[in-house]
Amino acid sequence: MTNVALRKLNIVLGGKPIIRDLDLAVEPGEFLVLLGPSGCGKSTLLHSIAGLVDSASGAIEIGGRDMTDADPSERGIGMVFQSYALYPTMTVEDNMSFGLRIAGTPKAEIRRRVDRAAAMLQLDALLRRKPAQLSGGQRQRVAIGRALVREARVFLFDEPLSNLDAKLRAELRRELKLLHRTLGATMIYVTHDQVEAMTLASRIVVMEGGVIRQVGTPLDVYERPANRFVAGFLGAPAMAFVDGVLDGAGGFGADGIRLAPGAAAASAAGPAVLGVRAEHVEIRPDGPLRGEVTLVETMGNHQVVWLRCGGALLASLVHDARRFAPGETVGFAIDAARVSLFDPVGGNRL
Amino acid sequence: MTTRTLARATPYAALLPMALVAVVGYVGAGLWTFYLSLTASRTFPSGAFIGLAQYGRLFDNERWMLSLHNLAAYGVAFVLASLVIGCLLAAAIDRNVTGEGVLRTVFLYPYALSFVATGLVWQWLLSPGDGIDGAIRALGVPWFRLDWIAGQDGAIYAVVVATVWQASGFVMALVLAGLRGVDPDIWKAARLDGIPVWRVYLQIVLPMLWPTLATVLLLLATAVAKLYDAVVALTQGGPGLASEVPAKFIMDHLFLRSNVGLASAGAIVLLVPVLALLAPYAYARSRREAA
Amino acid sequence: MNPHTIVSTLPAPAAPAAHQAPGAAGRARRRFTPARIGLYAFLLGAALFFLLPLYVMVVTSFKGMDEIRQGGIFALPHAPTLDAWRLAWSGACTGAACAGVRTGFWHSVAIVVPSTILPILLGAVNGYALSFWRPRGAHVLFGILMAGAFVPVQVMIYPLVRVLALAGVFGSLPAIVFVHLVFGLPVMTLLFRNYYCNVPHELFQAARIDGGGFWRIFLQVMLPMSLPVLAVAAIMQVTGVWNDYLLGLVFAGRDHMPMTVQLNNVINTTTGTRQYNVNMAATLLTALVPLALYFCSGRWFVRGIAAGAVKG
Repeated sequence: MTNVALRKLNIVLGGKPIIRDLDLAVEPGEFLVLLGPSGCGKSTLLHSIAGLVDSASGAIEIGGRDMTDADPSERGIGMVFQSYALYPTMTVEDNMSFGLRIAGTPKAEIRRRVDRAAAMLQLDALLRRKPAQLSGGQRQRVAIGRALVREARVFLFDEPLSNLDAKLRAELRRELKLLHRTLGATMIYVTHDQVEAMTLASRIVVMEGGVIRQVGTPLDVYERPANRFVAGFLGAPAMAFVDGVLDGAGGFGADGIRLAPGAAAASAAGPAVLGVRAEHVEIRPDGPLRGEVTLVETMGNHQVVWLRCGGALLASLVHDARRFAPGETVGFAIDAARVSLFDPVGGNRL
Repeated sequence: MTTRTLARATPYAALLPMALVAVVGYVGAGLWTFYLSLTASRTFPSGAFIGLAQYGRLFDNERWMLSLHNLAAYGVAFVLASLVIGCLLAAAIDRNVTGEGVLRTVFLYPYALSFVATGLVWQWLLSPGDGIDGAIRALGVPWFRLDWIAGQDGAIYAVVVATVWQASGFVMALVLAGLRGVDPDIWKAARLDGIPVWRVYLQIVLPMLWPTLATVLLLLATAVAKLYDAVVALTQGGPGLASEVPAKFIMDHLFLRSNVGLASAGAIVLLVPVLALLAPYAYARSRREAA
Repeated sequence: MNPHTIVSTLPAPAAPAAHQAPGAAGRARRRFTPARIGLYAFLLGAALFFLLPLYVMVVTSFKGMDEIRQGGIFALPHAPTLDAWRLAWSGACTGAACAGVRTGFWHSVAIVVPSTILPILLGAVNGYALSFWRPRGAHVLFGILMAGAFVPVQVMIYPLVRVLALAGVFGSLPAIVFVHLVFGLPVMTLLFRNYYCNVPHELFQAARIDGGGFWRIFLQVMLPMSLPVLAVAAIMQVTGVWNDYLLGLVFAGRDHMPMTVQLNNVINTTTGTRQYNVNMAATLLTALVPLALYFCSGRWFVRGIAAGAVKG
């Protein structure tokens, strides 16, 4: 089990700074997800860990050894690409063994490693096939197998599920999670899909514009977002934000909304932004707040009811079969212990 | 009702010229030539049917046999050289070199020239004493000889040099387009696997480019069969008959030596290898499209 | 909440690495490897090989004959002169007449213009009909057309001669234009067909729903969208027709002899000493139009090659 450490990493591409002064420590054996919108630099960061992109300054350490200038093939890493990048004219077996053959590894050793990887990934029956004859899941396993035979200690994944339809994506996501448990290797995974991040990660790194906005476990990042960007990025439907004022006595007030947030920060005074997740908004007739239903989205196993309250638009997750009509005024309550408060200037958590 | 029928007939009517050209121009003309090859036509077509006698005379004709021999030698050298040089150039440019635009322009401009212009300038460059031959010797290398064009065996290879110079850029352009279509992730995966660049090209990329290469091969091979202008310009088939090729044999016998029957037989014989190459190519293409 | 969760604290760095500096030297080192130098050497050498004939042509055309006789094919002219160019243009002897390649130039222009416009128009209609309307049996005809493009011209040439002679037009401008049409149609049709195959079929269907018929859709929807392929087709056809030798030799007749034929006559049928400077000037004059077109068209030329080579 190997760790990865990035210190003060700066990456410039085409004259533009993509990654700025980045520090990150990846624990051995963890499944770290780099999450962020397009262009935030997560893929570039992954490529620089792999050695496919040069950094302008800073250091990259893998397994305690400085790898900043090392060749991609010397870093002890394996990478799975979005398109899997299997060599199309070679069989599965040749795909996995090609690198080893070039390196001059003895045939018996190659055989041993390929068989071991094939057994671990259930590829034994597929060794003679060509990539075009494999399913998406099988191709993913071959791509991982290619890294396994090189005895990679760190596995990098560059949005491997983005090209797939929803059903296959869910299936392969579960396979990946099981695989991580079986192999126990350090895995760094890039995605823009927060569902993938939440289900797969042991820790999530949320990135925006080349900097890290928060690092934490999925629950950390979800329940205690460090800033407004992270709060808005995770969770579907997205967290609702309400501009208002803290009165200094533990109360928050905005047009139509009054409550006493449970957070210690609520005792401050001044303008603040309240963040509320849909699952913490409960529609009940005896609720202290009132709102007008604007839209109802039925999802099968739950509904999302959109309420307008004063100047704010809040979503509420409803898990029973109650019916709501647009225009109807309903009562609702917000779980004050679970809300977040943000500074209107700068967006950090109060 | 009539407007509908008229509307439905319009595409067919619009394609009428194409149909005429294809059926009358190509198939019809080809059949007529085949018919002529079975007659005793000399300056003008004659109705005297003589069966396959012309073909017999053809293969007894020393000049024809020599032209076939030359074309075979030329074909192998030309296709191999153009393919290798074109692929090397394409691979080199694919490596993210500076000045790529300028280089591509330089390698491809010969293709914009006519075969005649190419033949004429290389005739000058390869002429013994005056051209490269003389220049190198004047530079102080007295033993240097480049007189292929004047020799019996070497003349056809002079044609190879000139036409390879012209065609390599074309091969490069096609192969480069193919290379650009290769998934860049494959390159990254190969880098991670520690595979040296030349091996990636040879063992991974080139096999992936098989359709492009097949097309290039077909185009080069059919260009070999059509070789005429360059020979006329470069050597006029000479010295003597040293660089005679089938297309020139046919043209000379049609218009100068007034032997339409013999020339037609030659044309049909020249057609055979072309069809032999086209058939598997078309078959492979249609199978791939059906898949 | 706690600022420490925002950025993980790093463990103390491992024993200081061998090089403290960010390894800038290591990054620069990657640029000038021997492999890279060898690559550029190869490309430069190849470029020289390709440029050599052009250089020799230009340099020779500006020299006087005495300088050429002294040798040194690669040397720059001592006293550059335009005499060779003047002779090539209006004084060189082609067979009996001594009027240079000037007449050939205008003949070529007269041949190229109609031989470009007609095949392009027909090719566009064909490509359009083939990709959108797909009449029954059309693909067979198309296949024959394509096969015909590969077949050596000698297979079809004599029947064409006889037909044109019978029609009384052999050896005239209409004859050579007609022949260029026949032999240019396959590539033109292929170009347009491939181009229209990449136009979304939905566009065509929407036009039909709007009530468009065959010609209306072609003229008002497809043709206006076809500027890129029209450019490519024009470049390819102009180059191909201008550079043609064989068809011009056979069909154009003495009164419309194209420049390529005249050029070959000037150079290969002279008696007496060869005037290399005039020959090179004449060759350059003949190559001028396609070369200029090539240098100006840049990427379009390459697109033409790629499109024409992708058979179906």
